[in-house]
Amino acid sequence: MNRGYEGTVAAPYESTSAGIKDRQGTLARLMIAPAIAYIVALIGIPFVMAILYSLSDVTTGDPSVDLVGLRNYREVFNDPVFRLSLKNTCLFALVSQTLVIVLSRILATLLMKEFRGKWLARFLVMLPWTAPIALGTIGWLWMLDSIFSPIDWLFRRAGLLGAPGDLLGPMTNLYWLGEPVLAMASVIFVHVWRLLPLATVIQLAGLSSISKEILEAAEVDGAAGWRKTLEITIPLTLPIIGIAFLFGLVFTFTDMTVVYVLTRGGPVHSTQVLSTWTFFKGIEGGDLAQGAAISLFLFPVLAGVAALLLRMARRAEVT
Amino acid sequence: MAVVEARGISRHFGEVRAVDGVNLATAEGEFLVLLGPSGCGKTTLLRMIAGIEEPTHGDILIDGHVVTHLPPRVRNIAMVFQSYALYPHMTVYKNIAFPLRTRGMDKADIPRKVEWAASMFGIEKLKHRKPRELSGGERQRVALARAVVREPSVFLLDEPLSNLDAKLRASAREELRQFQKRMGFTTIYVTHDQVEAMGLGDRIVVMHQGRIRQVGLPKEIYDSPADTFVATFLGSPPMNLIEHDGIVVGFRPENFLPADRMNGDESVAYPFEITYMEDLGAEKLIYGNIRERTHTGHVVSRLPGNVEAPIEQGRTYPFAALRRDLRFFDIKTGLRTEGSLP
Repeated sequence: MNRGYEGTVAAPYESTSAGIKDRQGTLARLMIAPAIAYIVALIGIPFVMAILYSLSDVTTGDPSVDLVGLRNYREVFNDPVFRLSLKNTCLFALVSQTLVIVLSRILATLLMKEFRGKWLARFLVMLPWTAPIALGTIGWLWMLDSIFSPIDWLFRRAGLLGAPGDLLGPMTNLYWLGEPVLAMASVIFVHVWRLLPLATVIQLAGLSSISKEILEAAEVDGAAGWRKTLEITIPLTLPIIGIAFLFGLVFTFTDMTVVYVLTRGGPVHSTQVLSTWTFFKGIEGGDLAQGAAISLFLFPVLAGVAALLLRMARRAEVT
Repeated sequence: MAVVEARGISRHFGEVRAVDGVNLATAEGEFLVLLGPSGCGKTTLLRMIAGIEEPTHGDILIDGHVVTHLPPRVRNIAMVFQSYALYPHMTVYKNIAFPLRTRGMDKADIPRKVEWAASMFGIEKLKHRKPRELSGGERQRVALARAVVREPSVFLLDEPLSNLDAKLRASAREELRQFQKRMGFTTIYVTHDQVEAMGLGDRIVVMHQGRIRQVGLPKEIYDSPADTFVATFLGSPPMNLIEHDGIVVGFRPENFLPADRMNGDESVAYPFEITYMEDLGAEKLIYGNIRERTHTGHVVSRLPGNVEAPIEQGRTYPFAALRRDLRFFDIKTGLRTEGSLP
């Protein structure tokens, strides 16, 4: 039977020159190199530069880097606008993410059910995510216009606005982006509209990962409605809910488009967040050093969130 | 204890008739086994009894009450799933206590009840573990404890042993049967494993393509199959079927033995051309062909392992089956008929 060893065929061990495709270590390094180059060039170098800038007195008018220690951080922190921005950022992020999680949960639960036109519902839910964020926000800018807002028009037609004694007041418009509270509410609303599709898809993935038999067992065991949601589906999808929440938090902390397009931080900084303040101070104001310092304030928070995110992702895999 | 009844029950998935007009009733406290190949509709039938699947037509009755459109929780049934479906985020204790809590049992009574169910399956020591820290056998016990803890009137099991290894399966079968006898729950058990069905069932329901083919005692079903499907589904190897004078003749491999062991008058002999032999220790399986003008077919003979038979592959020997062990089936419909051979 074992004729092969005696025959003329060369032993397989004799060929020693393995090609590059056989040397896994080299191949691996080669294939990962573009990714590393990309990260170093577009994230690593700017990050180091930001740290360097924040410790210097560089401006757009004077690009020479002279180190000044922690002066920028002290000045930034003593600036009342910065403190307001910090507060606004936290409010903006927490409120919008709480809304996103609750609403995406409801949407995902609805989309798990079978109904006619489900594909259309899914398509509509996904739509805000497919539009460029700036375009979508400009659309909302018109919706919230101080004179031509269709929302105000609807309120007026419904008799809620525009005449003395109406529920929303006698003025003809609500001035969505001109009143501090309404402006913040508008910014949060548009951001929720924007992030809801992503969170819904994440939650859908979580819900469909629960084994059908577990849900059926819960039903046979007598759990219906709220009890099933609170004791079975929510605990089982908690790691994924957590990931959706943290993802959204990072998105919100770092996003400036919605605020920039809708209010430019106004009225009077009432919707100013750290990302827009960084931009106004560092780019439009030309003070690169302070801009860098402001943007770096976010870094420890985001790094913490990212670490938490990775931990939860690992935990979610296990269970 | 309860009587479960299915009246003209059907479940269609589009064109597919998963369950197609099934009528069935259990006796009180009976251990009824639904047996059939995968896709025969047995699990769908069980799920309709549980209330997690709605029938397209027909009614489910429990103790004479129509429960067809009632949710599972009001039917007082318990179900053990093939995957056990333990709640992965709860400890064993919480898993077992869950059906008690959903029924609003007094908080003070729950620990005692959980203790009772856990001790019945010998899992008291595992109470604080999570399901992922348990072995397959332990999970199965937790699933059983969770099912019995609220003393349901009907107990439904969907292939609960299929995830266990062979050795564990045998002992679990024995325990399950003893437990059911002791508690007296009406039990409906789904399996595709004929050994489980024969060993566990008071009665067996054989299903195929959504319909019931035969209902009866295990012995009846094995000895007197209603049609060629039942004849070939039960038994390993299955019943031999050969065509003989326009009728299908069936005989079990263990009844097809060398002719010199048989009384010539009471038996029918066939020349058996041996093609292959297997020695399985406890038994020998002899495969071969019967080739005659009036009757041909591929058949198997099963000899006890301790019988020495001087048989060689490639040769032909006279083998025979007793006339009383022969069964006859209609060649067109496959249904059993009366018949005899000259």
